Amino acid sequence: MNRNVANTMIIAKRELAGYFTSPVAYVFLIIFLLLTGLFTFMIGRMFERNEASLDAFFMWHPWLYLFLVPSVGMRLWSEERRQGTLELLMTLPITQWQAIVGKFIASWAFLALALVLTCPLVFTVEYLGSPDYGAVVSGYIGSLMLAGAYLAITCFTSSLTRNQVISFVLSVTICLIMILAGWPPVTDFVRGVAPSLVEFVTAFSVMTHFEGFQKGVIDSRDFLFFASVITFSLFGTSLMLRSLRA
Amino acid sequence: MIEVKNLRKQFGPKLAVDGISFTVAKGEVLGFLGPNGAGKSTTMRMLTGFLTPTDGSVKIGTHDMALAPVAAKSLIGYLPENAPSYPDMTVSGFLRFAAEIRGLSGSERDIAVDRSMDYCFLKPVRHQTIDTLSKGFRHRTCFAQALLHDPEVLVLDEPTDGLDPNQKYEARNLIKRLGETKAVIFSTHILEEVDAACSRVIIIDRGRIVANDTPANLKKKTPNGKLEDLFRQMTVSDTGTKHS
Repeated sequence: MNRNVANTMIIAKRELAGYFTSPVAYVFLIIFLLLTGLFTFMIGRMFERNEASLDAFFMWHPWLYLFLVPSVGMRLWSEERRQGTLELLMTLPITQWQAIVGKFIASWAFLALALVLTCPLVFTVEYLGSPDYGAVVSGYIGSLMLAGAYLAITCFTSSLTRNQVISFVLSVTICLIMILAGWPPVTDFVRGVAPSLVEFVTAFSVMTHFEGFQKGVIDSRDFLFFASVITFSLFGTSLMLRSLRA
Repeated sequence: MIEVKNLRKQFGPKLAVDGISFTVAKGEVLGFLGPNGAGKSTTMRMLTGFLTPTDGSVKIGTHDMALAPVAAKSLIGYLPENAPSYPDMTVSGFLRFAAEIRGLSGSERDIAVDRSMDYCFLKPVRHQTIDTLSKGFRHRTCFAQALLHDPEVLVLDEPTDGLDPNQKYEARNLIKRLGETKAVIFSTHILEEVDAACSRVIIIDRGRIVANDTPANLKKKTPNGKLEDLFRQMTVSDTGTKHS
């Protein structure tokens, strides 16, 4: 196997195992499933909608992830810095990118696992009627991309500080701004003040780009948006780590 | 094996390391002495590729640290100051991880982990998570990590810090033995360790080398043959007072 891939995977394996050696993973998975259930059925009123779709499920994801994803990612680099293991990691014969990507992939895989565990919802809509599986699949893909974008942002904020709480608060704030940029009350306000800027502002919102996925449309521009947020944030992480060692 | 040329490191306005040059050959144990804040750890961090030097170069074997960092790092075993490790991992899990990163797998990896645990007397705690260990064991776990790949170069930042007298004795013997086949550099501020384990000593003060000789020759420079007096003569303590 290519050394690049091998090293990235070794880092990812260690990181992923780290979630499960502490109660963090189990607490997170249970809370995630409880909250998605609560929002989908109690607030989203999935049964009263009289339609076999997962709209009531996916529509909450930008808000749910706002707190849950930073809680998964906040320790990624903060903890390495606080424990001093950053020094160990950076003097092992690996590149900085292998470490960054490895750690990111591990956390992303963990979030993907949480998402996979929501599959009973798919069985539910299958039982209720004949759902549009295109929309279900694209909804899941969009949700995973959304989680990845939030996670990459958290990865970056965690490289800024050795304090996990600061890392959490910073990433929640950045993600919130990215939600609000496409939230109707905000876009209406922008329209009132400077109509020409509306499109510019909403282009930065995760809401705008997640919408298509929910409807079953995988637009390459939406995909590209999330992919560039991830790339950009990981690149920022790399710069930050480099500056720590300068 | 280690070739350091005119190494400098500036942190903002502070010059932490100011033009240090030395070499360490295979079969040599170099003791790195100096008061706190003299630049020992900073030098070692540049040596191992953690910090980027402001100026100067580091060569490990035939590899330049700035140009081929991965190749250079693969020749080094490094014990950082305070011996960091992942507290939620078990001792054997941590060592297996480090061995895999060093390119060892399968039975090769298991043999390396086993041998390192033997060297550092870690067998009794191999299945314990690191955060349940005493400081001495934690320290040795990180030490073991540095020995996994039987490196040609060992860089040890205060390897005996936090160990009890018995463990210190063992560690010194281990360093001496490893030094027969490797290039070893270790920092300390315990002078008796220099006598016990080193073939050569470098004393640094405020980022500069003030002495570079064998322990025996250095002793000759003082009237009563004590390294401690020489150390106090040549360096300034961080309270800023020059001893005499």
